[in-house]
Amino acid sequence: MSLSSAQTSLLDKAPQFRHTPPVRDSASRSRKIKYALTVLAFLLPSAIPLALFTLGPMVAAAWISLTKWNLLVPPQFVGFDNYSKLLSNPKTGEVFLHTVYYIAGYLPLVYVGGLVLALALNTALKGRSFLRGIYFLPVVTSWIVVALVWRWLLNPSTGIVNTVLSFFGVEGPGWWTDPAWAMPSIILASAWKDLGFVMVILLAGLQAISPELYDAAKVDGAGWWRRTISVTLPLLSPSTFFVLVISLINGFQVFDQVYAMTGGGPAGASQVVVQQIYDLTFRYGRAGEASALSWMLFIVVLAVTVIQIRGQKRWVNYG
Amino acid sequence: MNRKLMAVVGLAGAAALVMTGCSTTPAEPDGPVTITYTNFISNDGNEANLAKIVDAFEAENPNIKVKVTTLPYGDYGTALQTDLAAGTVSDTFDVEFANYASYQANGVLAPLKVKNASAYRQSLLEAYSTGGTSYALPSSFSDVVLYYNKDLFDAAGVSYPTKDWTWADEKAAAEKLTDKKAGVWGDHQPVSFYEYYKALAQNGGEFLNADKTKVAFNTPAGIEAAHWLVDKSGTVMPTIADGQGTADFDTNLFKDGKLAMMHTGIWVFGAVADVPFNWDIAVEPGNTKQASAVFSNAIGVSATSKNIAAATKWAEFMTSSDTMVQTRLDSGWELPPISDEAKLATYLDKGAPANRKAVFDSLDGIALPPVVATGQSEMQDIMGEELVEAQAGRKTVEQALDSAETRINAVLAGG
Repeated sequence: MSLSSAQTSLLDKAPQFRHTPPVRDSASRSRKIKYALTVLAFLLPSAIPLALFTLGPMVAAAWISLTKWNLLVPPQFVGFDNYSKLLSNPKTGEVFLHTVYYIAGYLPLVYVGGLVLALALNTALKGRSFLRGIYFLPVVTSWIVVALVWRWLLNPSTGIVNTVLSFFGVEGPGWWTDPAWAMPSIILASAWKDLGFVMVILLAGLQAISPELYDAAKVDGAGWWRRTISVTLPLLSPSTFFVLVISLINGFQVFDQVYAMTGGGPAGASQVVVQQIYDLTFRYGRAGEASALSWMLFIVVLAVTVIQIRGQKRWVNYG
Repeated sequence: MNRKLMAVVGLAGAAALVMTGCSTTPAEPDGPVTITYTNFISNDGNEANLAKIVDAFEAENPNIKVKVTTLPYGDYGTALQTDLAAGTVSDTFDVEFANYASYQANGVLAPLKVKNASAYRQSLLEAYSTGGTSYALPSSFSDVVLYYNKDLFDAAGVSYPTKDWTWADEKAAAEKLTDKKAGVWGDHQPVSFYEYYKALAQNGGEFLNADKTKVAFNTPAGIEAAHWLVDKSGTVMPTIADGQGTADFDTNLFKDGKLAMMHTGIWVFGAVADVPFNWDIAVEPGNTKQASAVFSNAIGVSATSKNIAAATKWAEFMTSSDTMVQTRLDSGWELPPISDEAKLATYLDKGAPANRKAVFDSLDGIALPPVVATGQSEMQDIMGEELVEAQAGRKTVEQALDSAETRINAVLAGG
């Protein structure tokens, strides 16, 4: 996972400093222009790729979403046909539902798992740097590799997981070959892979909490559980908020693991929004509908993120 | 963060290229030209054979150089689609039969002036013609046959398959040959779109109606054909939970001596060449008639190529020259699409399997995939998906076919 500057700034709620003095005369105005140009120069390396590879394609996709385009012949303008087609197609609701199912399973698992790891590795445990490295390893591993390994682990007939389960007399499920278990398989692999990322963010949050607060709580007679609930979790809330925003955005965009583990199957049981966008474009030659679906996804992600940022005042404590 | 979304919207840039795409008439240069050829047919083992044919062509045509790009089959369709959209497609490229109609209808393929049309097997040449004009040249063909393990047949006291076998003979043999305790299975046939349209033809049915606007398989013959595939699972063939349906599952089981019969293409000859038991092939049994799946690939010339004449010359050489015939026969690289049977004679005595005649006997009754100009992949995906639902027991065969009928008809109607 990479963090864009906009996202990291969510963490950074430090007081804002005004670098520019109030404008009073021409000398200060020219100084202001010079300052603006300096800022611009520093922004360019990230602004140019952003415009070329994100904003440009987004605008183009908005145009394509108003056309019928099979990639082979020039697009034909069809107005909002693609949107109404998508809204009346039950498949659209299905792929959004599967995506929400993924998020609902993945988010609690990866957050609680990451929190437990962070709490455990924030102690004076021997070899904790090594363990932190180990848990972070999956984060920097290619999704294709991870997906293939998990497919193998969860192979219903020859996989290690079902073999181990059978020692205990449990008959393992069909995992990615069974429509009911395909999404849980993907959720499991995803939570495992991203655990280290959540752990690292939460660890940083934990280490920023002043030890004096714990000392004070101890003096007041608070036990470990009380300290966790009343000191750790509230002061960890900025990190928690950050993890939630990032994981939700990533959750809506889930693709690599679905593509590599199930391809959306069996029988479309794990078909998610981005996989559907991919299939519409490259398999079915319906790039207009795919672009419309991309924009629908963008609007949903935007809405959810705005709601989260608005709602943060209620529970996020910036100390 | 947006990279996944971007992969898709990134195509947008390509849109501009297409819309402003130039339409100048290609002039034929006199000097040396380089033409490009993107292929999947040589991937995974036949790269050197393709290079041999390229060398022979360049020696014969010193003014033309051929630059080859080879892609794995799995990525080829996406790559070609993207190249066509971006206007960066090669001068010549592989075309699968199932996609020919769609590419031809969209004006991607240049009409070809074929110098020596009689060199080709006519049925194959016609498969890539529209309105009497060739838009691609067949580069090879292959068919699907019934492989069988002679040792397992001998041990079970079952007589070998012949070209007169029907489904009933195959079923009876498969049941006798299956020994679940020993992990030996009688038969394997994929539960897929490709097997279904063929089984349908073997049972006298049609996949699409005459004007290709609706499906025509939801009939008693179609239901019987679906049962023929689906009912094997768990009785004479391993189930999905056993791993059936995963890549190379059947070939590996056959190679392990645990599978008595399998339905697969002649492209597997090489993979099973060194097994420590006796094996052979037979024409696939039909029910009311014999029908074998024939797959062919072709080479098309891009309609936007600047060197159509040189590209056509290469396409013809690659699909009908003696060098190509010899190279393909020597290496067992599918079969050359030529009409001269005498040149193919050496193929018959190239070693195992002994009954190579079955490869040609299969051509007496051919089942070609149903083809539509738009919605081909969607149609195939839906059919495969519904059949697997029936195989897994989540739907009855009748429910699966009803659902497939409704969904495919919606695709054909442009939904």
